[in-house]
Amino acid sequence: MKVRAQIGKVLNLDKCIGCHTCSVTCKNVWTSREGMEYAWFNNVETKPGIGYPKDWENQNRWNGGWERVRNGRIRPRMGGKWRVLAKIFANPDLPEIDDYYEPFTFDYEHLQNAPEMNAMPTARPRSLISGERMEKIEWGPNWEEILGGEFSKRSNDSNFEGIQKEMYGEFENTFMMYLPRLCEHCLNPTCVAACPSGSIYKREEDGIVLIDQEKCRGWRMCVSGCPYKKIYYNWNSGKSEKCTFCYPRIEAGQPTVCSETCVGRIRYLGVMLYDADRIDEAASVEDEQDLYQAQLDIFLDPNDPEVIEQARKDGVPEAWLESARKSPVYKMAMEWKVAFPLHPEYRTLPMVWYVPPLSPINAAASAGQLDIIDGMPDVRSLRIPLRYLANLLTAGKEEPVALCLERMMAMRSYMRAKTIDGVIATDVAERIGLKPAQIDEMYHVMAIANYEDRFVIPTSHREEAEDAFDERGSCGFSFGNGCSGGSSEPNLFGTPKKKRIQTPTEMF
Amino acid sequence: MAEFLNNLVFGVYPYIALSVLAIGSIVRYDREPYSWRAGSSQLLRRRQLMVGSLLFHLGVLLIFAGHFVGLLTPIALFDALGVSHGAKQFLAIIAGGVAGAFAFVGASMLLHRRLFDPRIRRNSSFSDIAILLMLWLQLVLGLATIFVSLDHLDGHEMVKFMSWAQGIFTFEADASAYVLDVHPIFKAHLFLGLTILLVFPFTRLVHMLSAPVRYIWRPGYQIVRSKKALS
Repeated sequence: MKVRAQIGKVLNLDKCIGCHTCSVTCKNVWTSREGMEYAWFNNVETKPGIGYPKDWENQNRWNGGWERVRNGRIRPRMGGKWRVLAKIFANPDLPEIDDYYEPFTFDYEHLQNAPEMNAMPTARPRSLISGERMEKIEWGPNWEEILGGEFSKRSNDSNFEGIQKEMYGEFENTFMMYLPRLCEHCLNPTCVAACPSGSIYKREEDGIVLIDQEKCRGWRMCVSGCPYKKIYYNWNSGKSEKCTFCYPRIEAGQPTVCSETCVGRIRYLGVMLYDADRIDEAASVEDEQDLYQAQLDIFLDPNDPEVIEQARKDGVPEAWLESARKSPVYKMAMEWKVAFPLHPEYRTLPMVWYVPPLSPINAAASAGQLDIIDGMPDVRSLRIPLRYLANLLTAGKEEPVALCLERMMAMRSYMRAKTIDGVIATDVAERIGLKPAQIDEMYHVMAIANYEDRFVIPTSHREEAEDAFDERGSCGFSFGNGCSGGSSEPNLFGTPKKKRIQTPTEMF
Repeated sequence: MAEFLNNLVFGVYPYIALSVLAIGSIVRYDREPYSWRAGSSQLLRRRQLMVGSLLFHLGVLLIFAGHFVGLLTPIALFDALGVSHGAKQFLAIIAGGVAGAFAFVGASMLLHRRLFDPRIRRNSSFSDIAILLMLWLQLVLGLATIFVSLDHLDGHEMVKFMSWAQGIFTFEADASAYVLDVHPIFKAHLFLGLTILLVFPFTRLVHMLSAPVRYIWRPGYQIVRSKKALS
C-alpha cells in the first residue's frame, strides 16, 4: 500500500441551474488570450447533446482514453508508444478547431465609423483566427443550450446507447440536464501517457495534473489521448494547455474559481486518500461495469488507523489527514454512494465525480401508471432514463445509480417527515440502508451546503519543498519564459506579428 | 576572384553557419523555452496537412539520413566495404530521387496551404513562410542535381562533395578547393543548405532537436512529480 492524497471534486447535478458562471469566471481568469479563445477549461453542456467539442464521448471516432488488450493490460486507445509516435506528423485523432467552434468577434468599430445610411449599422461577425468575415456563425461552445437544435442531431449523444431514443424526441417525453465539465485530474490520465515529451505530469502532493509549458513541444498527442477532450492546443503559442485546478488557489487552501463562484453551490472539494500501488489493477479490470467499484476499492478510509499510519510514512501531512476525515467528497462517494465518476469506461479513474440529477416523473407515470413504493415514485419512472444516467456515470450499470436516486428521494421524504410532521422516519432510512444521523448529515452537506462544508482544503506545504528566500522577487504564475510573457518585441525567434482585432473594451 | 569567392562561400561560410546553428540553438533552448515547439497548425486546418505533412516528413527524414551517411562516412570505409563510387552514386540517385519526390510533393502541398489558406497565412510568422520556401527551393535544387549526376554515373563528382564535407569537419585548410569546379546547381544547393543551417535556430526547425525518441524507452506510461524529490 502506498498512500497518496488528492483534492477530489464532486458536482451535484441535482442542483445545477446551468447559469455558466463557472465557465465565465474560469475563462476570465485562464483563457481570455489569443490562441485560447476557443478553449473552455470549464464548460457546461446541456444533455442530451453531442457536446463540446462535437461528439467528444464517441471514442470510436476520437480514440481517447484506454483500452484493455488481450493480455489483460491496458494501453491508450490511440495506440501504444510506437503508434503514438507514428501519428506525430499528422494525427488522425485530432479534432479540428471547427469541431470546437471557430472563435469570433464582431465588428464593433463599424457601429461608430459607419457613414450615414438608410439602414442601421450592424456589427457583423469576424473570425478571430483568419480575421475574415464570417457570414454565419454555425457552431459555438454551447450551441445545444437548453435543447437547442433538432433532436435528430442532439440524439447522436453516445449516452443513448442501449436506449430506444425515438420517444425522447417527442415533446411530452423530452428530458434534459446540465453537465458542467472540467479536467478530471485522473488517477490514470491518458494525456500523461500519450505525451511524447513527458511534459504532462501528476503532482504527488495533491494529484493535480499539469502541463510543463517549457517542456511541451506541441506534439498534440495529449489532445487525442484525453477522452474528455479537456486538453486544448493553443494555436498561437503552439503548446497545449489544460485546467490547472486553480492550483495557486488550492495550494493556499482556497477553492478553485469555478467552485468558489458557483451560485448553485453544487461544487465540493475535499481530500481523497488512495492506494497508488493499485491504480493499474483498478484501471485494468475486465468488465467495464466493474470500473466504478474498482475505483471505490482503491480509495482508502481516512479513519482506519492502518491507513493513517501508512499515510504518515508516505509523507502525507497531518493537516491533509485531518481534512480527509472531513472530506465532503469522501462522504458522497464512499459513505452515501451518491457520487459517480464520469464515464469510468474510459479507464482513466477520473477524480471529478457527479451526483446524478433527480427529474420530474415522466409522462406515462403522471398519466396514472405511477409506481409508488412507500410514498416515493419508482426511480425508473423519472423523466431522465436511468439507463442514460448509467451510461454517463457507471458504464451502463443501473443499480448503483438507482440506489443513489432512491437515497436522494428518501432524504427529501425523511426531511419532510422530520420538519413538517415532526416524525423521524426510521423506516425510510432503513429501506435505503442509511442511519437517520447519516441522512441528517447528507441533508446538511448536500442541501444546505455551507461554504465550510463544501470546501475542505488543506494548504500545501511548500515550505518543506523549497526555500522561500530563493523565490523572493519572482513573478509567480507565468507562461513559459520566467517573468517574460514568452514573446518579446522585436522577436528574433519569430512568433507571428499581426494586426489585432479590437475588442469592445478597447473601442469605447 | 572566383577562387576567393569559392573559398568564402564553401570554406568560411560553413563555419559561420555551423557556429550560429550550435550557439543559437543553445541560447534559444536556454532563454526562450516557451518558443521551442513544433508549431503544428493541424488544429486550424486539417485539409492538405494530413497527406502533405506525412510525405514531407518521411521524405525529408530519408533525405537527411542519406546526406548524413553519404557525406560524412569516410571514403576509406566505403572502399573497405567494397562499395564502388558508381554504385553509391546510383543508390543516391534512386533513394534520393524517391525520397526527394515524396518531400517535394509534401512540401508543395504544405506551402500551398500555408500561403493560400487564410487561417494558416494569418497565423504564420515571417520565419514560418521563409523557411518553408527555402526548404521547397532546396528540394527543387536537390532534385535538379539528379539530371547533372546522370552525366557522371561513375561517382567521381560525389567524391568531391564527400571530401569537402569531411574536410570541413576535420578543419582541412583548403576544403573549398574540392568543390571549385562543380556544376552551379550543386553550388546553389550547397549554399542554400548552409543558409538553412544558419537560420535554423531562428525558425521552427528547432523542433527536430526535440524529436521525442526517448518516449519509447520511458518506463511505463505515467509521470508523477514530487516537490519533495526536488529538494
